Amino acid sequence: MSSEPKFFEQPAGGVVGKPMDRVDGRAKVTGAARYSAEFALPGLTYAVLVTSAMANAKVSLDTTQAEKAPGVLAVYTHLNIPPLAVLPNSPDKPKGWSPPMKYMPLSNNEVQYANQPIAVVIADALERAQHAATLVKVSYQAAEPIASFEDPKAKLFDPQAIQDGKTAGHTVRGNPKEALAQSAVQHKATYTHAINHHNPLEPAATTAFWEGNRLTVYDATQGITRTQTSLAATFGLAREQVRVITQYLGGGFGCKGSCWPHTVLAAQVARGVGRPVKLVLTRPQMFTSVGHREDQTQTLQVGATKEGKLTALIHEKTSTTSPWDNYAESNSKIIGMLYACPNFEASYQLARANVMPSTFMRAPGEAPGSFAIESSLDDIAYQLGIDPIEIRLRNYAEKDSNDGKAWSSKSLKECYARGAELFGWSKRNPKPGQTRDGRYLVGMGMATASYPVHSSQGTARVRLFADGRAVVQSGATDLGTGTYTVMTQTSADVLGLPPDRIRFELGDTTLPTAPNSGGSVAAGTVSSSIFVAAQDVWRKVKELARADSKSPLYRAKMDDIIVEGGTLMLKKDRSKAEPFAAILERARLTDIESTGMGRYGAGFEGDDKTTDQNSQPKTYSMHSFGAHFCEVRVDPELGTVRVTRWVGVHGAGRILNAKTARSQMIGGAIFGIGAALMEATERDQNFARYVNADLAGYHVPVQADIPDMTIEFVDEKDPYINAMGVKGIGELGMVGVAAAVANAVYHATGKRIRSLPITPDKLLGTAATV
Amino acid sequence: MHPDTFDPTAGGPPPEQRPDDGSRRTFIKQASGILGLAVAPPFISQAEKLAAYTGKVEGATEMKLKVNGSIRTLRLEPRVTLLDALRENLNLTGSKKGCDQGQCGACTVLVDGRRVNSCLTLAITTQGKEITTIEGLAKGEELHPMQAAFLKHDGFQCGYCTPGQICSAVACVQEGHTKNDAEIREWMSGNLCRCGAYPNIVAAIKEVAGKGDGKS
Amino acid sequence: MNNFAFQTAASAKQATGAFRDDKQAAYLAGGTTLLDLMKLNVLQPSQLVDINSLPYRGITETPDGLRIGAMERMSDVGENALVMQQYPAISESLLLAASPQLRNMASIGGNLLQRTRCGYFRDTAFPCNKRQPGSGCPAINGENRNHAILGTSDQCIATYPGDLAVALIALDAVLHLESAKGKARRVPLLDFYLTPGNTPQRETTLEPGELITAVTVPAAEHARKSKYLKVRDRASYAFALVSAAVGLDVQGGTIRSARVALGSVGTKPWRAQAAEQLLVGKAATEANFRAAAALALQGARPHKHNAFKVELAQNTLVRALQDVAG
Repeated sequence: MSSEPKFFEQPAGGVVGKPMDRVDGRAKVTGAARYSAEFALPGLTYAVLVTSAMANAKVSLDTTQAEKAPGVLAVYTHLNIPPLAVLPNSPDKPKGWSPPMKYMPLSNNEVQYANQPIAVVIADALERAQHAATLVKVSYQAAEPIASFEDPKAKLFDPQAIQDGKTAGHTVRGNPKEALAQSAVQHKATYTHAINHHNPLEPAATTAFWEGNRLTVYDATQGITRTQTSLAATFGLAREQVRVITQYLGGGFGCKGSCWPHTVLAAQVARGVGRPVKLVLTRPQMFTSVGHREDQTQTLQVGATKEGKLTALIHEKTSTTSPWDNYAESNSKIIGMLYACPNFEASYQLARANVMPSTFMRAPGEAPGSFAIESSLDDIAYQLGIDPIEIRLRNYAEKDSNDGKAWSSKSLKECYARGAELFGWSKRNPKPGQTRDGRYLVGMGMATASYPVHSSQGTARVRLFADGRAVVQSGATDLGTGTYTVMTQTSADVLGLPPDRIRFELGDTTLPTAPNSGGSVAAGTVSSSIFVAAQDVWRKVKELARADSKSPLYRAKMDDIIVEGGTLMLKKDRSKAEPFAAILERARLTDIESTGMGRYGAGFEGDDKTTDQNSQPKTYSMHSFGAHFCEVRVDPELGTVRVTRWVGVHGAGRILNAKTARSQMIGGAIFGIGAALMEATERDQNFARYVNADLAGYHVPVQADIPDMTIEFVDEKDPYINAMGVKGIGELGMVGVAAAVANAVYHATGKRIRSLPITPDKLLGTAATV
Repeated sequence: MHPDTFDPTAGGPPPEQRPDDGSRRTFIKQASGILGLAVAPPFISQAEKLAAYTGKVEGATEMKLKVNGSIRTLRLEPRVTLLDALRENLNLTGSKKGCDQGQCGACTVLVDGRRVNSCLTLAITTQGKEITTIEGLAKGEELHPMQAAFLKHDGFQCGYCTPGQICSAVACVQEGHTKNDAEIREWMSGNLCRCGAYPNIVAAIKEVAGKGDGKS
Repeated sequence: MNNFAFQTAASAKQATGAFRDDKQAAYLAGGTTLLDLMKLNVLQPSQLVDINSLPYRGITETPDGLRIGAMERMSDVGENALVMQQYPAISESLLLAASPQLRNMASIGGNLLQRTRCGYFRDTAFPCNKRQPGSGCPAINGENRNHAILGTSDQCIATYPGDLAVALIALDAVLHLESAKGKARRVPLLDFYLTPGNTPQRETTLEPGELITAVTVPAAEHARKSKYLKVRDRASYAFALVSAAVGLDVQGGTIRSARVALGSVGTKPWRAQAAEQLLVGKAATEANFRAAAALALQGARPHKHNAFKVELAQNTLVRALQDVAG
């Protein structure tokens, strides 16, 4: 039994949590950072996809003209593309491989969604490939497509499970129907959410090349291991025959969290032409290649007492899914856990349509789910004359209603209080439609944020050099979240070195495996892995010292040795001390190395482990929580809404870098403001094809939409999450944002908009309603 | 072909390629001899002699682009955009392709000191003009004040829109569109940032504009 | 993009000459519309003739008013002191358009020839009567939130999306053109744009090979007291849902002359002369502005998703008129 601590305690003068500049910042501001489409490989060729005009068809292709075009090396269709070892819908597909799409384009002559790839053109220059792609002649044998769950041709069904089997299609707790019927307050409302697309600024890109049976891809992915596993499975290779590299990633937000068909196609055609191939999706192709947030409608029935205490929640969601999967965001999870409510029911309905699968998009389920519950609760607050914060406090959940577990930590009350103070909530006129600033109606709204800590494991390798440097590695990715930086800070503190002596490497499958950077798990898992690996490094150094007769720590007990700032010493006699470098030098070791596995969420047993009455380790419900406060100015005649102030206060465990964390929370709020006010992909209901698939038609917020924002974190020490006490913040900042905006719009205008985005057309006539 | 694999003797900051300042020509170009970089670099003195091309051009043709102060000779088809010329033919990948349709601003470069979208600019039309990309802003190791301010204020996350934001911001200051936050926001609205670094970008620009050292 | 031929025109003669030899040629000015549509394969000119060297420059005050060379850039005109002071609606329409980068690129002549943003027109996978006459108009029964409510036909409901033309058409601008044969002519902007009718592919009266050389705008009190108001889904860098360009000459509370035009509601920049006539001689009151706005939208034919534009356009018009009336 060693004395290594199980939970990170910040050393004096440590850098964890400090607002350190990004270590990869210099590469990014000078243009030196290389993203996946930016490696000038010798003999590089360019692939361009030919995609289907129709959404439901069989195709035959004439590639003669395209093949003759200057610079063209090959044109692949379903007839001549190098075959795959296994298809994602094969019954014999390998276990553990969960492709995001159970259908592989170019595996036959079928088209199942608009813009599905039907051919790939490879040429020696990008312009030549692009032009040749327009020369492929396509004949369609088309059938009428189904466009969405609202299409009269669509057939609704009740799925056993959604989200690739992760969530039950129907859940009941207590007796919600009866409870609702007996409730003094009964509130029923339907919410709709437009199709949203992630639209990271970096389009999906794959640069692939083969050396014999070894495949290397530079891929824009949030999960190099998942991409490696997928490519290995599809090509019938061992994992170690596939190398995936993602040194820099230009955002992802979920759409780069899976290995989508375009990556497989790039590798396929690279094998075919025998040269490196670069495939970069066009912006319009980004709308039909990497998933989206599905079109959906939610009906939420709420029962409450006259005091505003929740008695029943019944949630139904209907959404569109692809021809092959049962994907839907699990909106109901947050609805069932956010507040104390004894009776709860959730059910999902799906309809298959000729669309590609939807996928996780920042705060999948939590974002639209919170829009429903946080809007309904706001309604009830106004109806009963209760302050919106007060009604949330009256329904404050002391434990997780979904599973009855205690919280590992929860600082939500502090978030409400501090947020209200920063925002000046008490100065708000509680009546809607009463606050004016010139021709604008001013509104203030708030909402709760929460996101679960998903269970996750990862590994990291720490190599400590005798000269006081260290290389730390983990196959994670940094999609802008600051992984390079926060892991450098973590490494510095756990090794007692200054951060400029640390080199943290990520984004290569030759490094120790880390989980996908998604679901807010990366920061906690990887930092904990580094912590565990560093403990093991110190264990090894201690062993060396104990066995070294020249060391002042010779024959000391393991438990008596502590490490501070890279110096080993006796706990009880600090004069018996020696820097690690001296120990390594005498042992003639240039370096010492260890790998560690960090556990995150369920499975971690910290120092403060407690047991329940049956002496079993007590498990906790683990979530981050926060509160958003939003001020809007609505022009009632023109229907425009501008967010003019924003305050967010959050409790998310240990914050690894105050600067990057603040940025990430601001980014989450802006992402949510986009969904709230402007983001909508419009799918033509006759053609099942998008009509605004570009960044002029699909509006994401621009600089002028966004005010300065105030973000704070509540100090939170949570020893149950993982060794670093990090909950992760990637999604949290977005949850509840749309509701906070909608609640502010209601407060401004007296008009409740339940259909996102809240565009001017939906707000016209507000002048008359107040 | 692979980037550096694990080097146990290496230390220091994380891997970082040196920016290609436009003068290095050590990289290997694609196998096709028809297009791309021509063999002989011209003398710098030719810079002043660049003249508009008036004859009719069909197919690949030689063109001279003055990028970050040095003349680069390329053999390209007229349809090649400035952005693709930079990224695919000059290995200057700092300028980013976010939409290729003038809808995101990630490709923003300065042409004769004015910010433009290089994705909607044909390379052939920029002959005889001064092209400045993100790689041309720093003086050696010394960052341009705008680059330093972006770093300090965390004016980016993923970094993909960043080169365009910085080029745009440099021009925004030079244009004098920095009277207040609202003006900065409006005049920086041609550069989308999906990570949501907008408030931090405003802070960075304010700092540079306030010091009056954004001007070159 | 197809592998087009390219030449830089040193003179108008060279430019129009290229056109005589090659009917599929296109002029390249700023390129912000042309290259965009070429990348989408909507346009496939066989040759691009770069006209940026042509001497159609200058933003000058003439005895009659304002003269803007067609090759001037949107940004330069938008921030020109003369334009800002004497023709604020023109300046505002330019500075509220696109982005600083695009405004640095796009020419005035090119901007006036901007094409519709109709998603069906821009995506060659869809039928579109404007792009491919006779193929059909899926917008009529499709996603038509951004489409026109005025000047539509059963062939086409695509919106004219630009800003500058709305301000110019309100202020009686005149286009100066030079034909392929070197003949100069002038066309009031009001007569330049066409409604789709049965030929939605024809958008203007510009002849093949004809060049826009300049735009002139008469000086007037209603130009000095003019405004361009743009409503859009986000605060900047977006096409208008609805816009209004108005000018008022109010003397002693009575309107002596009025100019009213609407953007993004019509298949062309929409001048509302009936509304102007209604205002002349009346008091500058909200009631009169409302009446004028109602008249301006008379005959609007909304489709499934764009009915809101009727109310929004009226409110926008009223707001703009209130703003210029002070």
